[in-house]
Amino acid sequence: MNLYTKRLFVNRFNLLVSLFAMLFGLFWLAWILYTLVVAGFTALGPSLFLQMTPPPGSSGGLLNPIAGSLLMAAVGTLIGTPVGIMAGIYLAEFGSRGWLAPVTRFINDILLSAPSIVIGLFIYEIYVVNTRHFSAWAGTMALALIVIPVVIRTTENMLRLVPDSLREAAAALGASQWKVITLVTVRAAKAGIVTGVLLAVARISGETAPLLFTALNNQFWSVDMNAPMANLPVVIFQFAMSPYDSWQHLAWAGALIITLGVLVLNILARVFFRSRTPTY
Amino acid sequence: MNAAVLQPTEQTVNQKIRVKGLDFYYGAFHALKDINLEIPERKVTAFIGPSGCGKSTLLRTFNRMYALYPSQEAHGEILLDGENILAPSQDLNRLRAKVGMVFQKPTPFPMSIYDNIAFGVRLYETLPAREMEERVEWALRKAALWDEAKDKLRQSGTSLSGGQQQRLCIARAIAVRPEVLLLDEPASALDPISTGRIEELVHELKSDYTIVIVTHNMQQAARVSDYTAYMYLGNLVEFGVTDEIFIKPKMKETEDYITGRFG
Repeated sequence: MNLYTKRLFVNRFNLLVSLFAMLFGLFWLAWILYTLVVAGFTALGPSLFLQMTPPPGSSGGLLNPIAGSLLMAAVGTLIGTPVGIMAGIYLAEFGSRGWLAPVTRFINDILLSAPSIVIGLFIYEIYVVNTRHFSAWAGTMALALIVIPVVIRTTENMLRLVPDSLREAAAALGASQWKVITLVTVRAAKAGIVTGVLLAVARISGETAPLLFTALNNQFWSVDMNAPMANLPVVIFQFAMSPYDSWQHLAWAGALIITLGVLVLNILARVFFRSRTPTY
Repeated sequence: MNAAVLQPTEQTVNQKIRVKGLDFYYGAFHALKDINLEIPERKVTAFIGPSGCGKSTLLRTFNRMYALYPSQEAHGEILLDGENILAPSQDLNRLRAKVGMVFQKPTPFPMSIYDNIAFGVRLYETLPAREMEERVEWALRKAALWDEAKDKLRQSGTSLSGGQQQRLCIARAIAVRPEVLLLDEPASALDPISTGRIEELVHELKSDYTIVIVTHNMQQAARVSDYTAYMYLGNLVEFGVTDEIFIKPKMKETEDYITGRFG
């Protein structure tokens, strides 16, 4: 075998191996989606979005957990996003001197990879125990704590991609550092920052562990932030383990809704990022 | 050939910037060594020299661009209209309103062409919409970009071609009505036709502005400038009327560089 045929063979072999690795991953993903669609489909229907969670044995829908999940994810994002963006700006724009930024970055990395159940337990310990009841506020806080490190990381990374020449150009016109950041740098990185926020929303909309010890669950309609609130992940957890057929069907339907929601968010994030990123 | 013609005007020229005993450091590296130089008003002064000789560094002291980076330091005096701009009391934003700068790579901001130009103006003045429109048009006309851009003022500045983007940056710098314009290799990323337009522009602008241009291209320096400074290894080797520097330089080093025997 001469050198050329050997290289050709090695090339084809590696191509084949990576192709199979890709197919292997895709296979399980497709299977998960298939199972979700088949099992969740039977419970899909208008009543799913119009009725409350039923008592055991009777039929119903998922209106209260859907509303609860949307509300807590929205408020959690609203709290976490500004904090995350500001901290990300600090790390990227002011973080070159001193010890505070490296320490913050290190702690943020730990927070980013912390198991979400730990965050749930933390909020339980500092908030639920002191107020002596589960509440939607507690759940929202746990979700915000998950949003913050994700947004900090993406904001910092996206701002670092903005070339220094753009900062210099704005400073050369006599803009103060704060104006350079808000009017030029952040604007140049806007698409990336928004993408980071969307991915954070996708991340928290499926979290079960941080809500289990905080928002718990609610059998009835409630939008009181100071009371326990129904939410999709905990309802899925509870219903899937129950012996009742109607509950199990609803759990599958809930899982399907979350998966589709996360899928749509991911696609949105990608499309948005691709169409709005200026090139330098 | 023009030396005799230039001689009488030279005496009436005012010195806009006076550099006295300037030393510059990047951390421990001594990048500029005891520079003494006078930049005449409403003329084009070119800095030439091989890469790393300090010409961009010198240019960046005139608007204290280096102040963005804590490890960079300048010592000595730079007098702009008699005032020392290296003094700690100097307001950087006010200095930069007087001394505009255009960089090597075009740097349009991620906003519309109109807002790119209005950006700098809004930092200093609150103009009614009508006057702002007039100012934007004036700046674009001055930068010879009006005809190409007038129908797409609301489009993104990044949608323009490289040469147009660079003229947009010049318009943006002019719009705040500076007195001095610093050009840091403004044409090195452009094609020959765009380069020609930038050079024409420099020629037209010098009746209103004091222009300092850094260039790698000696022909460009010879074409656009009235005065030329040759720098090497952080020293100012020779400074004088461009025609004299190019035709009969006083220093052997300058002659070697200009004739291409070195660098």
